[in-house]
Amino acid sequence: MKGENFDIGNIDIAWCPGCGNFPILKILKQTLTELEIDPINLVLVSGIGQAAKIPHYFRTNVFNGLHGRALPPATAIKAANPALTVIAESGDGDMYGEGGNHFLHTIRRNPDITNIVHNNMVYGLTKGQASPTSQRGFKTPVQVNGVFLEPFNPLAVALALDASFVARAFSGHAEQTKEILKKAIAHKGYALVDILQPCASFNKLNTYQWFNENTYYLQGHDVYDRSLAFNKALENEKLGLGIFYMNPKKTTFEQNIGIYEQDQRPLYERRTSFEKLSELIDKFKVAG
Amino acid sequence: MPNNLPLNKKKDISIVLCGQAGQGVQSVEFLLTRIFKLADFNIFATKEYMSRIRGGMNSTEIRISSSPVNAFVKRIDILIALNKGALQHLKDRISPQTIILAEQEIVGDEFDRTKCNYIDVPFTKIAAEIGNKIYSNVVAVGTITGLFRIDLTTVSRFVKQFFSAKSEDIVKNNLAAVKAGYELAGSLQNSSKIELNIDKSVGLEQQILLNGAEAVSIGAIAGGCDFISAYPMSPSTGVLAFLAKNAKELGIIAEQAEDEIAAINMAIGAWYAGARAMVTTSGGGFALMTEGLSLAAMLESPIVIHLAQRPGPATGLPTRTEQADLELALYAGHGEFPRIIFAPGTLEDAFSLTQKAFDLADKYQVPVFILTDQYLIDSYYNSAPFEISGIKVEKHIVKTSKDYERYELTENGISPRGIPGFGKGLVAVDSDEHDRAGHITEDLDLRTMMVDKRLRKFELLYSETIPPELTGQEKYKNLVLCWGSTYNAAVEAVKNLDRDDLALLYFKQVYPLHKTTEDYLRKAENTIIIENNATSQFGKLIKLNTGIDIKNKILKYNGLSFYVEELTKKLKNLLN
Repeated sequence: MKGENFDIGNIDIAWCPGCGNFPILKILKQTLTELEIDPINLVLVSGIGQAAKIPHYFRTNVFNGLHGRALPPATAIKAANPALTVIAESGDGDMYGEGGNHFLHTIRRNPDITNIVHNNMVYGLTKGQASPTSQRGFKTPVQVNGVFLEPFNPLAVALALDASFVARAFSGHAEQTKEILKKAIAHKGYALVDILQPCASFNKLNTYQWFNENTYYLQGHDVYDRSLAFNKALENEKLGLGIFYMNPKKTTFEQNIGIYEQDQRPLYERRTSFEKLSELIDKFKVAG
Repeated sequence: MPNNLPLNKKKDISIVLCGQAGQGVQSVEFLLTRIFKLADFNIFATKEYMSRIRGGMNSTEIRISSSPVNAFVKRIDILIALNKGALQHLKDRISPQTIILAEQEIVGDEFDRTKCNYIDVPFTKIAAEIGNKIYSNVVAVGTITGLFRIDLTTVSRFVKQFFSAKSEDIVKNNLAAVKAGYELAGSLQNSSKIELNIDKSVGLEQQILLNGAEAVSIGAIAGGCDFISAYPMSPSTGVLAFLAKNAKELGIIAEQAEDEIAAINMAIGAWYAGARAMVTTSGGGFALMTEGLSLAAMLESPIVIHLAQRPGPATGLPTRTEQADLELALYAGHGEFPRIIFAPGTLEDAFSLTQKAFDLADKYQVPVFILTDQYLIDSYYNSAPFEISGIKVEKHIVKTSKDYERYELTENGISPRGIPGFGKGLVAVDSDEHDRAGHITEDLDLRTMMVDKRLRKFELLYSETIPPELTGQEKYKNLVLCWGSTYNAAVEAVKNLDRDDLALLYFKQVYPLHKTTEDYLRKAENTIIIENNATSQFGKLIKLNTGIDIKNKILKYNGLSFYVEELTKKLKNLLN
């Protein structure tokens, strides 16, 4: 393997023993190494929470912003320099709760970024409250009688907005998850990978065993059929894993903004045209 | 200002157009300001309007003068009432000298003809004869330009250009409307009902005519702005719209974000990747951006924030003006960090300060505000063309080496700013307290060092502060202070008072305050501050910085900017 090593060396990792974040960290490093991505040209963007600390455990460029706000800067970073590989990665509370509005509109915008969501169906860092994806009846110190809100279905929402790549993975399945991530990162356009993961400290319901028993891989599934994908996303008896949907026909945000059509250079290499500015100012002289 | 001269002796005429939203008052303003400029008259135009798409009462003031004018006056020399309700709407501003041009069929008996200068002008009747009542506003354009004896070919050429995207019939009818209105003006002059003799100016063809939103936008482009993300909000949207219109040509990314939170987080992301980004917003939108402002401070990311003020709290008066968000800009964002706040009072300053904002934001890695308001943003006047020949866009980014650390502890507090993909190094930034390499830390000694590093930039910002500008008498007893958009009206008021012991001190940078502020104040026997707010926010800031309490305050907070006459009168009463 000639790919780069993303290990950062001897660091103190803030996750609990047995946390589902550890396998995701390992899988993503392997994925990036196998894709031969240069750490210099990769940016990991995250919000706040335990999952959102993942960029700090990588030897690469890092933008660890505000809670819920990973997607707007990720979009802008890719737009300002399309040569960078941009991954926005955080937990379910960050992406689907605090950042819900950005989740909706980033899908509509379709930047060429990968959105990895660590979905453990609970708030870990704030000690065990319900997350948008917590299941009905899940009891917490705040939801004392159990969750009665409808769980957020990220895949169905993404499909409703015709997200150009929609997938679900499970942190307990390293090989399959790696293959899904490889396709997501290689995909041109917004790619959602919702990764189911247990929370060893605060979610006693959705454990490794629960995920093993309540998931299955989509078989013989047509990834270009949006209606079929939507039906699969609505299933809640057992949760499907794999790539639900791909729409390779959508143009990306970077293509649509039009400034890279004639000039491929990133913004930092460009300079303002004072000649054009002068022409613009002259227009205010009012010619009759 | 003396106002009892007959019109034919005046060198400065104030025309007010009053009508409903959707009646084309905006088009009339657009056409008249450009045509007067083309015909070598100095002009100033400002509008006040309701927050609605149709109906209501809106008015536009256009001042036409033989010498440069750039402020709002109360008096109305000629009123064009396009709809019923103008009298009620403008009752404080209509005087017995005001000449009212209106149409009996439209305004009915609203104006008492025994007490005012009423001239019946059949705008809609003429328009209807041409083909449709909608041409009545263009008939008015013809009448006004005719009264000033502007060459009809110039007028027609411009009207034709304005409507060039419309069908041939519409262009033809508008030209007919202008001509009919123009001829009507001739008959008014012949009957000596109105006579005007304003001198033309020379050299106006080299001047530019634009509004505050356009001046800020041009300044942004000159500052190297190549990314703007914003959520539409009056009165700040003009900047987004202007940059969007010119985006492709100039290589700018102009994105309408889903909300103001996304807007500022995008802009910070763009700076991180090497762009020069700004946001444009107003009070409520900026309130949503405050966490992002704090993020910029922690990441030591440059950010340029155009904050166009309107009256609050909450939704307030969406389409009107106020200077009440100074304290918001000053104290917004949790935690302690340096910032710069500019408050342009002229179009030239709106341009140059916005340009400078990008350089300072980049150089010192701090947030820089351009604090404007609806009045400045929506007002037009002719100005000398902006000087761009000496401007250089210097990008303060470094090519990183393999061992690059984003938050290297430096003597002056500025760590060289690298960007991802430029050089061999890695760039890590974190909203948590971080180590030199940008990674999360809870090392409390390092925390103290990082706070000290960020705050060391205060000293550098002080050294770059723009001093306040003194106009009037160097040896003053009375000192008037103003900031931002009240400047032009204050200048005219001080000039009207014509005193040998009076000066005006104009602050275009309101934070940090320049060190000479205290000296200026100590020299005065009497100080007066002018602010378009209710609590004298700038006065409080001056007191905090200098210990000096400015006792005389002229404050206005009804949603309108100051009239020149009003300022003149209030100042006169407060002078020693």
